[in-house]
Amino acid sequence: MGQVKVRKSTVVDAPIGAVWNVLRDFNGHDRWHPIVAESAIEDGRAADEIGCVRRFRLRQGGWLREQLLKLSDRDHSFTYCILEAPLPLYDYVATLRLKPITDGGGTFWEWQSTFGAPPGEEAALAALVGEQVYEAGFDAVKAQLGLGSTPRVRAAAPRGAASSSAPIECNGMVLDRFGGPEVLKWQRLSAPVPGPGEVRLRHTAIGVNYIDVYLRTGYYPLLQPPGVPGLEGAGVVVDVGPGVNGILVGDRVGYACMPPGAYAEYRTMKADLLVLLPDEISDETAAAGLLKGMTAEFLLHRVHRVKEGDSILVHAAAGGVGQLLCQWARALGASVIGTVGSLEKARIARAHGCAYPILYTEEDFVEKVREITAGRGCDVVYDAVGRDTFLRSYEALAVRGHLVSFGQASGPIEPVDIAGFVGKSARVSRPNFGHYTGTPAEVRAITDRLFDALRRGIVSVEIGQRFPLSDAAEAHRALGARRTTGSSILLP
Amino acid sequence: MVKVYSSSVIEAPADRVWAVIRDFNGLPKWHPLIRDSRIENDAPADRVGCIRNFNLKEGGNIREQLLTLSDFDFSCTYSILESPMGVQNYIATLKLTPITDGDRSFIEWSAEFDCPPERERQLADLVGNGVFQGGFDALKRQVTRR
Repeated sequence: MGQVKVRKSTVVDAPIGAVWNVLRDFNGHDRWHPIVAESAIEDGRAADEIGCVRRFRLRQGGWLREQLLKLSDRDHSFTYCILEAPLPLYDYVATLRLKPITDGGGTFWEWQSTFGAPPGEEAALAALVGEQVYEAGFDAVKAQLGLGSTPRVRAAAPRGAASSSAPIECNGMVLDRFGGPEVLKWQRLSAPVPGPGEVRLRHTAIGVNYIDVYLRTGYYPLLQPPGVPGLEGAGVVVDVGPGVNGILVGDRVGYACMPPGAYAEYRTMKADLLVLLPDEISDETAAAGLLKGMTAEFLLHRVHRVKEGDSILVHAAAGGVGQLLCQWARALGASVIGTVGSLEKARIARAHGCAYPILYTEEDFVEKVREITAGRGCDVVYDAVGRDTFLRSYEALAVRGHLVSFGQASGPIEPVDIAGFVGKSARVSRPNFGHYTGTPAEVRAITDRLFDALRRGIVSVEIGQRFPLSDAAEAHRALGARRTTGSSILLP
Repeated sequence: MVKVYSSSVIEAPADRVWAVIRDFNGLPKWHPLIRDSRIENDAPADRVGCIRNFNLKEGGNIREQLLTLSDFDFSCTYSILESPMGVQNYIATLKLTPITDGDRSFIEWSAEFDCPPERERQLADLVGNGVFQGGFDALKRQVTRR
């Protein structure tokens, strides 16, 4: 553990009495500090009683408890320690002190602390405490007193050195050429210091998806070897580059987005598409469920708005996205029909809300859909199978039905003349994940609904396999051989 | 006992200001009241216990002894051994603190001493305004000149 000392100071153009009047109330920081949402002194004690504990909530989320150790009106100073915090600030003791400036009548304000931090996170935590707590506090109190804030001139080099020291050396899986699982190699990597708009993460869990196989084989030209695959992960923010708002060091975050790079112990990436994980959503659930869950969300709520009474058909209903589609559509009040390849998968699909699993190896699903829907067909068909099913999915549609093609597991779809769709006034969509999840606002809206659904048990993410990150090739073999159930994750 | 406290903000980084004031023999280089200074017995000027012997421009000789010097805290303490001011038990501290907002310096100069009650006001004013604030003003000119 590294010992950290943080010291910040400023000059306030106001008499010391006025500044002390704002600061001396140990419970008053929710009135002036921008990161404090609400605060209360425990056990009904006075806020200037030595030993009292303030319990407060950050706007960012997370609770802290801090205890007042010393308070001196004569010295215009108080000292406090952290009892509980969501960040690894060990043995944190801070002192805030004011001194009069006799030459001019202003106030010198010094805020300093010492604490222990996990190895590698010292600089980032020092920057967090110094800038987002102390300097932000300086500016807020000045604003409270009707004064302008001090523009902080940061010399480029020392500034960078202060917030994030150096590249982090780590390990990860590198795709050195297109090919089978064996082309994934365990190699040394380096996560660079985060630049503007970037953060650096320590991964705690990484999602494995079929698209990773497409990247590995070169079927999707989204990654040029040598490169690190993986589009989904969860972890802890180690440090934050300039201009990143709303994400703090120590935050738990997850993501499902381009570019690839998740198969690594550490990663530096753009912050804009990261999602803050609520307490109830574990890192593993996020890594296993974000890509599939976000896909299910926009398929059911944005590509097509599934509503009560709709009949829907889900191909591969026991698959990863299939399960989520069945669960969620069922909860929305739809009548869910699904295709599956085995009796075991029929059981799984049924357990996830698919009322009518069809064993496509034994029954013709179009006929079966007509039978189940009394000849009407389905309002929407979700088809990620592709070549083998596309035209037949059209046959299973109702008039003015919607065929949503979101993958081609069985191979590329043959060219289609859409003139024939006039027979049903059919609509066809070919959604792209990135077009529905390309902005922070979209990601936020989608994940809000997904996390709510997970919290309420409307959908669940089942983790069928856990592999060490260094065994990613084995995870790909299992996925390719259809030996997996539910989601697979890699653990660094 | 009289206590005098003066403080100011100097628009220069603390290490630069400290380089000027840490020299216990350097008062004539920056303080407007001092004409010349020497360290007795040829001692180094940063050795705790050394004595500076200096003359005022207006006349008068003062001997002061260095009691503490910290390059870590940017501070030093000294006492007056002999002076024409008529003070006893005079101990003063000069301390710099970096102001991280703006890379400036907070300078504090304080003293405690004993003197006849009827002279307290006059001496406090002499020390606080003449010596300390006068020193700040000169330091500001000195470090911001270049």
